[in-house]
Amino acid sequence: MEQWDVIVIGAGVVGCAVARELARYRLKTGVLEKELDVACGNSSRNTGMLHAGFTYKPGTLKAECAVEGNQEFDQVAAELGIPFKRTGKLVVGFTDHDRENILKYKAIGEQNGVKGMRMIDKEEIHRIDPNAGGEFAMYVPSSGILDPMAYTIALAENACQNGVEFFFDREVTAIRRLSEEDVYLVETPKGIFRTRWVINCAGMFASKISAMLGYPDYPVKGFKGEYFILDKKAGAFLSIPVYPAPNDNGGFATHATPTVDGNVLVGPDSYVTEDWEDYKVTKEHLDGLIADGSKMFKQMKRDYFIRNFAGIRWKRYDPETGAILDFKLESDENHPHTVNLVGIESPGVTCALSLARRAVALLAKVEQPQANTDFDPVRPVNKRFSEMSREEQAEAIRSDKDYGEIVCRCETVTRAKIRRAIHNPLGVHTVTGIKNRTRATMGRCQGGYCETRITEMIEEELGIRPEDVRYSRADSYMFTGPVRNLKAAGSTAEEGGEGR
Amino acid sequence: MRQTDAVIIGGGPAGLAAAIELRRKGIEDILILEREKKPGGILRQCIHDGFGLTRFGETLSGPEYASRFVRRAQELDIPCMTDTTVLEVTPDRRVYASSSEGLLEIQAKAVILAMGCRERTRGAISIPGTRPAGVYTAGVAQAYINLKNKMVGKRVVILGSGDIGMIMARRMTLEGAKVLGVFEIQPYPSGLPRNVEQCLNDYQIPLYLSHSVTEIRGRDRLESVVVSQVDEHLSPIPGTEKEYACDTLILSVGLIPENELTWMAGAKEDLGTRGPVVDEHYQTTVPGIFAAGNVLHVHDLVDFVSLEAEALADGAARFIQEGALPACPLTVKGDSLVGQLIPGRCSGQEDVTISFRVRRPLKNCSIEVCQGEKVIRRVRKPKALPAEMIQISLKAEELNPNEDLEVKVVC
Repeated sequence: MEQWDVIVIGAGVVGCAVARELARYRLKTGVLEKELDVACGNSSRNTGMLHAGFTYKPGTLKAECAVEGNQEFDQVAAELGIPFKRTGKLVVGFTDHDRENILKYKAIGEQNGVKGMRMIDKEEIHRIDPNAGGEFAMYVPSSGILDPMAYTIALAENACQNGVEFFFDREVTAIRRLSEEDVYLVETPKGIFRTRWVINCAGMFASKISAMLGYPDYPVKGFKGEYFILDKKAGAFLSIPVYPAPNDNGGFATHATPTVDGNVLVGPDSYVTEDWEDYKVTKEHLDGLIADGSKMFKQMKRDYFIRNFAGIRWKRYDPETGAILDFKLESDENHPHTVNLVGIESPGVTCALSLARRAVALLAKVEQPQANTDFDPVRPVNKRFSEMSREEQAEAIRSDKDYGEIVCRCETVTRAKIRRAIHNPLGVHTVTGIKNRTRATMGRCQGGYCETRITEMIEEELGIRPEDVRYSRADSYMFTGPVRNLKAAGSTAEEGGEGR
Repeated sequence: MRQTDAVIIGGGPAGLAAAIELRRKGIEDILILEREKKPGGILRQCIHDGFGLTRFGETLSGPEYASRFVRRAQELDIPCMTDTTVLEVTPDRRVYASSSEGLLEIQAKAVILAMGCRERTRGAISIPGTRPAGVYTAGVAQAYINLKNKMVGKRVVILGSGDIGMIMARRMTLEGAKVLGVFEIQPYPSGLPRNVEQCLNDYQIPLYLSHSVTEIRGRDRLESVVVSQVDEHLSPIPGTEKEYACDTLILSVGLIPENELTWMAGAKEDLGTRGPVVDEHYQTTVPGIFAAGNVLHVHDLVDFVSLEAEALADGAARFIQEGALPACPLTVKGDSLVGQLIPGRCSGQEDVTISFRVRRPLKNCSIEVCQGEKVIRRVRKPKALPAEMIQISLKAEELNPNEDLEVKVVC
């Protein structure tokens, strides 16, 4: 049986960051993911905010990793070739109580090492963004916005390019330790992985894996939130994230955030859920978002809605007091050759690489792995066609004619871009996966024009039957079969027959 | 940079009809840009019949209707570049387009916008629930089935009684799927009466008015939808929920003119039609940029798309030949029962055809075109449906060149 040095469980943002940091060493590393792609859980179901770190208790991992992750992100984004904007953030208030809470968290932020925060008046709010609400605000210059799917994919592609292997559709069902051989057998329905090290990055399912490794089955509680995604037409009205004053526990109600691609997110609200993958959106909460979102963003109109989604922050808590607890990062001799990461929720995207470095350091403390001198932190990316000048576009088409074929009109995504995503070493074979890598289907027509083209490309580029195309998850088939048996009828589908 | 008299964006029924008519009016240098592999537009996937009764006096399938225009354009040697997507139109009528052959830059004397429309989506109407595979807009399902030979599902619920939704109900039934019902939030069907008859009643497919899908369920593939009755404010009535097990949900919940390029060119939007404001020459607020067909306002029948595009050619040809068109200082407005009104402006000195729809079904009403206190035309309508366009043609001599127009519905 193949022997691995490290198996990472979970290909969310933390698992992919750990994989990428492990690639700095000569370690045979594999990542196991239960879904068909990276970033299928809550890594893709959040605001895409690079948090500054002013709401987390000083001295906690959340505070430490958020501030560190925030400060380094310009370089990270440049290395990985992902869009990122350090927009700053407005935390706006209306009442004296709001002011008290804002000042409280300003003090905490200063203690955590967040730089440049300052109180501003209504006039300055208006100057920064005339569409922001609020009577006064705290301006936080270090906050930023990124695309959490693009970030997770970039970490995974960079890990992959540096030798890490990814295995999808591999839900871990059991972990056995063979003490005499000093290895773990990680079982999945599609095979057993024999490994020296196991790193638990299973996100909301991390407590389950934690128990499999012999650590406690840490209790977690799900705080669900729903979001609206608004058209880029609305994006023209908002240049900076606008958050309401934090509540007494440091939580934020519904806010409005421009996305790094020019849309607007309104949400999330927050309510407790019991179901692990309760990603459904509800009328009650969407209606609530419309009411609350309008306070933060004056252009909150139904005409601008293009999509909605839900995400869940699974927070570790103390069952006796109910108190929310810090991220758990641990590794000890009683659980040899394991690193356990549990309760990683918001600000998980901001903290992913800082946490990953700490996790890998725990491994490196036990054994001194050899550095991978070939490690390249830079992920090669091609500029987006929509961001090229006309001259660059003409040149791109000359070099590869597939640049000239616009598959997704709303987001101007070319056939070349999609083909490259499919054939990247990490690869992708779902419609949602292509969406997350290229933005095709993310525009206002939501795939009305391009989805038929994308499914056809998946079939052609990967040589699979239409029945085997998947929308997102394992059984999310899109087609039940051919409409008619054309070979028997002696004809061909119009486009299949005469196309290419 | 290439120079032409007219660039036509879109090789569907509007674009083709405009091109043919422009040539007939003596415009030689015309170029059609089409993003699909072949001209014909959405008609290529509309394999049912019923097209052409008004325009040709016979009933044709979509591809047959389109092919009459495609063939005519070919006979006239009007060039049509396919697989070519327009990226930008500038206010001074420069057109940038992309194809695998390269990047095109064209300076046109006139630009004809004929991009058609797109479908309203699940996200736009915020249907609650999960996000499984198996939720398709009617047009996408139609493209998969009719163009790509891929069946999208076996047990189907249809939301919205738009024409494409009803046509897909019949189409999927003919291909062996079970269509459980068509659910319409309004108290009346939103598509044409003939489609209710021929697509639903003839196949015993139930139509539920004042109903909507209130939840989508399923993890990977659609497993069921919850349907609720709605009250007079279109809000779901608690306690009326009913779950339908199905693997496919087809949405036919409205069409929106596709005008990204129009706004890029700086044309002003008409909030009633969601298309550009145009005058009686079908000229937008940007001189030399014209629009006709579904890009302007969503039509009920393709015949009227062709006729509108042919009417556009008159003004566009004059603009190309003379460099300008007479000013249109008068506004044309509708009252609260009138929607989708075209044109928004007119000169009051030339013949003008006003198109619009009523906003709800009406019986025994009359429609009045007024200038100030004066009713210049009155048309009696025993029956008026939102699904059907109404057109009123006015002669120049009926019009007062100094007074704005208003269309009123009197019940």
